[in-house]
Amino acid sequence: MPPTTKTGSAAAPLRFFNFAAPSRFYALTSWLVPLCWVVAIGFAIAGLYIGFFVAPTDRTQGDSYRIIFIHVPTAWMAMLLYLVMAFWAGIGWAFNARLASMVAQAIAPTGAMFAFLALWTGALWGRPTWGTYWVWDARLTSTLILLFLYLGYIALVNAIDDTRRADRASALLALVGSVNVPIIYFSVQWWNTLHQGATVSLTAAPKMAATMLTAMLLMTVACWAYAFAVVFMRTRAHVLEREAHTGWVAALVGRTIRS
Amino acid sequence: MRAVFWCVLLRDLQLASRRRIDALLPLAFFLVALSLFPLGVGPEPEMLREIAPGIVWVCALLASMLSVSQLFAGDMADGSLEQMLLAPASAISVAAAKCSAHWLLTGLPLIIATPVAGLVFDMSAPATIALMFSLMLGTPILSLLGGLGAALTLGLRSGGMLLILVVLPLATPALIFGAGAVGMVESGMSASGHFSLLGALLITTTVGAPLATAAALRISTE
Repeated sequence: MPPTTKTGSAAAPLRFFNFAAPSRFYALTSWLVPLCWVVAIGFAIAGLYIGFFVAPTDRTQGDSYRIIFIHVPTAWMAMLLYLVMAFWAGIGWAFNARLASMVAQAIAPTGAMFAFLALWTGALWGRPTWGTYWVWDARLTSTLILLFLYLGYIALVNAIDDTRRADRASALLALVGSVNVPIIYFSVQWWNTLHQGATVSLTAAPKMAATMLTAMLLMTVACWAYAFAVVFMRTRAHVLEREAHTGWVAALVGRTIRS
Repeated sequence: MRAVFWCVLLRDLQLASRRRIDALLPLAFFLVALSLFPLGVGPEPEMLREIAPGIVWVCALLASMLSVSQLFAGDMADGSLEQMLLAPASAISVAAAKCSAHWLLTGLPLIIATPVAGLVFDMSAPATIALMFSLMLGTPILSLLGGLGAALTLGLRSGGMLLILVVLPLATPALIFGAGAVGMVESGMSASGHFSLLGALLITTTVGAPLATAAALRISTE
């Protein structure tokens, strides 16, 4: 990891840990965040337009199926973000990289929000199709447990005042949780199954109309971009908070106040 | 390493024998919590028989979690935990010994008290035996996971509630297979699949949890 006090010159070779210096990360994300927002909003508009106006009405479910364009991408993001969070938390712990721990802690609220959205849209979808908002079905239950895992992680981070201990303890919890995620998933699967099987998988041809798939993939890109934008913004706030004593933050804040 | 394990284990058992009422609290909690359910859901025997395995399992889970939150607190307060971690022996054996002591003091009494639960909930003899066997395999998992949670939340405000929030999601597979095994026996099917999975969980947890708990202890006391 390069020392944080040295300012990077343009000729320096680009390495994996180059942007691990909070100051460089801050500079990089200052133009990445607006870009991510543009991508998120653009793809969301396109995806929602195709999903709501172009995609055909489903024969059995009518128009109620259209919530799939929000439900499935959020559920994917909720599962994926937990693993991403555990990965960065682990990197932060193993390499003592502060920025990675900050990123992991910035991901958690977004992951929890996606898990909550997946449950909420699932409940709204379940009402017209299954006749009930909530059933103790395998996928619903495992998503609920995933939400609890996120909440436990957030609660642990917030309960520990010492940032170094908070980084490490939460990293350990995230890693233990990520080992448990498949076990929880399959145990709940065997326990009870009512939810339809996965419609989109990498090994089989998708069993849905092409326009529906297009809309869903557009929405997935939008969710990714949104997650990047929000996680970067939250990480920037963490960086400023933790690096408040450093010269570059003082210079940055001083400049902002003067202008 | 083995010497440290036995030393810490016997020490914890001896400490518990000096404070017998404290050691009996989890069992008392278990029995009181069990007796609340008929008062809450009504005294119909059929319904009670049907929900008994789940109730017993959830009460065992809560009794374990509530008692495990103090697992390292006393040693932390008087400084002996730091001495144990400073000793040349590995922290893993300390963590394993503390969790084993917790299981002997909490899990084992619950298993012994389970036939009483079977009687008051009108369970059949095979179902009660299956319940005891599933608790035998499952309560060590709860003690091990609880030990990890206790090490992570060591010395924090609201440690007890936090521990429950952190550990309960991880304990759901044990609950599912433990209570599920009894359900299989009650419906006349073989529960060997559930028991095998519970055993696999126990082996995985026994191998992994002390490692994680030792790491958590180092993080929390550094």
